[in-house]
Amino acid sequence: MLTLRSLSVARGPCTVLDDITLHISAGEFVGLIGPNGAGKTTLMRAALGLLPHGGQSSLAALPAQTRARAVAWMPQAREIAWPVSVETLIALGRLPHLATGARPAPVDRAAIDAAIAGMGLEGFRTRAANQLSGGEQARVLIARVLAQDTPLILADEPAAGLDPAHQITLMQAFAAEAARGRSVVASLHDLGLAARHCTRIIALHRGRIAADGPPAQVLNAALLAEVFHITAWVANTPYGPVCQPLEVLG
Amino acid sequence: MRDHPVLMSVLLALVIALFAASLLVGPAGIAPMQALSALLRGDGTAEALVMREIRLPRALLAVMIGASLGLAGAAMQGYLRNPLAEPGLIGVSGSAALGAVIALQTGLAASFALGLPLAALTGAALAVGLLLALAGPRGGSLTLILAGIAVSALAGALTALVLNLSPNPFAAAEIVFWMMGSLVDRSMTHVWLALPLMAVGWVLLAGLGRGLDALTLGEDAAETLGIPLGRLRLMLVAGTACVVGAGTAVAGAIGFVGLVVPHILRPFVGARPSALLPASALGGAVMLLAADVAVRLVLPDRDLKLGVVTALVGAPLFLHLIYRTRAEGL
Repeated sequence: MLTLRSLSVARGPCTVLDDITLHISAGEFVGLIGPNGAGKTTLMRAALGLLPHGGQSSLAALPAQTRARAVAWMPQAREIAWPVSVETLIALGRLPHLATGARPAPVDRAAIDAAIAGMGLEGFRTRAANQLSGGEQARVLIARVLAQDTPLILADEPAAGLDPAHQITLMQAFAAEAARGRSVVASLHDLGLAARHCTRIIALHRGRIAADGPPAQVLNAALLAEVFHITAWVANTPYGPVCQPLEVLG
Repeated sequence: MRDHPVLMSVLLALVIALFAASLLVGPAGIAPMQALSALLRGDGTAEALVMREIRLPRALLAVMIGASLGLAGAAMQGYLRNPLAEPGLIGVSGSAALGAVIALQTGLAASFALGLPLAALTGAALAVGLLLALAGPRGGSLTLILAGIAVSALAGALTALVLNLSPNPFAAAEIVFWMMGSLVDRSMTHVWLALPLMAVGWVLLAGLGRGLDALTLGEDAAETLGIPLGRLRLMLVAGTACVVGAGTAVAGAIGFVGLVVPHILRPFVGARPSALLPASALGGAVMLLAADVAVRLVLPDRDLKLGVVTALVGAPLFLHLIYRTRAEGL
């Protein structure tokens, strides 16, 4: 799905990403965690080929049209420039599958309808997308990404600004994508969500991979202290894995 | 046409009706039926000459320039994702005006018929070169705006310098009146000069719809939807330069059409940038034809300038736009 070899990004004299090598396989739901400025967004943008970078990314090597059918990208900036209807906006996800000027075919309509249903936006179809609340806009943009129907989804803080119910719905939707053989890489700040729903966690720290593995292995006291400077209660409970941040280390 | 058949039919009907009105209104006072038959006959009579050499090119230019400004305005607003953008933003119209002003000042305009439009086109071409050199091959929409503002400011300063140095008040007045924009006394030569360039520009701009739709989601998302942003920007700049440069070269600077028309029509096409392009082209033709008929009806003996009328109509609409934007809390 995605292979990065010695990926690095420099901004002026600063090295933002240093020697990132990783491979994402089909069926993985990867949580990308790390403090602010760790390089999560840079990693995803460089992997997509949106930033000048050193090293190799299997996605950046693809021609733009092919890449658009291989990966869908949800940027952190939730941009909706015009008061287009929710349905029109979500339909933009089908652009890579349509020839210039072609109208959506039944397969496109099905993908759009599935995305709308998946994000619980049935009642919003005809509403102006840029006049919804922030959380609703986020769900519309996630639906657009789902409608693109690609083997891989990269999402930059998709859960930010969502209420708890919609955060869980979102994580379950991504997990369902992974369960049917797709892959999802999402940067997350909520360690509890990451622990509970992801199949794998990659922790970034100062532009390098600090840890990479299953949630139970990555989310431990030593790593959380080193990377986030926090203590946390991490446990495997009858309700599943739980990671609750507690205190900032002095 | 297929997405908004009612709107497009209404706009098309308005274009046809106003085109006919533009052919039938004029100081020669020819009766309508007589005028049309003279236009079709094309014999050597005075009426046929008036129809074919004066009114027909005037009506054609109003359609061509209006459609150009509407189309370029919709494309510019779509690219910059800003309803306050307009085709003049990239400095091409200001630079074309500078070329024309230099032609008027140096006597090039008087020495042969196409001296002025050709000088204006040269100004537009230089502006595009400078713009692309400043904005670079890659880079976002912000660098394009900044480069456009720089080019506009430079062209404006040089135009002021030419006016400043003009030898007598009559020369200055000629320049000032030219800059107000007009379609009076244009010939079929002007039509043939502008048409090829405009046709190239129309094709370039009409091809932007898909990319502009994707840009609704921002530049990053559009790029990952397979839109080549660098090529999109080049097509936008080249297309706008062709249509606005050619329009300014034959008719002077006509403002507000490219700003106001897309803004008015946006709600009728569900705000989709690709649907706005053709609607805005027709809307621009409607607005300019109407304004050009109005200058002949309102003050027929005072040579009211077209650019003055479009600004008089456009500025209040612009105020309304600002008011509504504020009301929406944006």
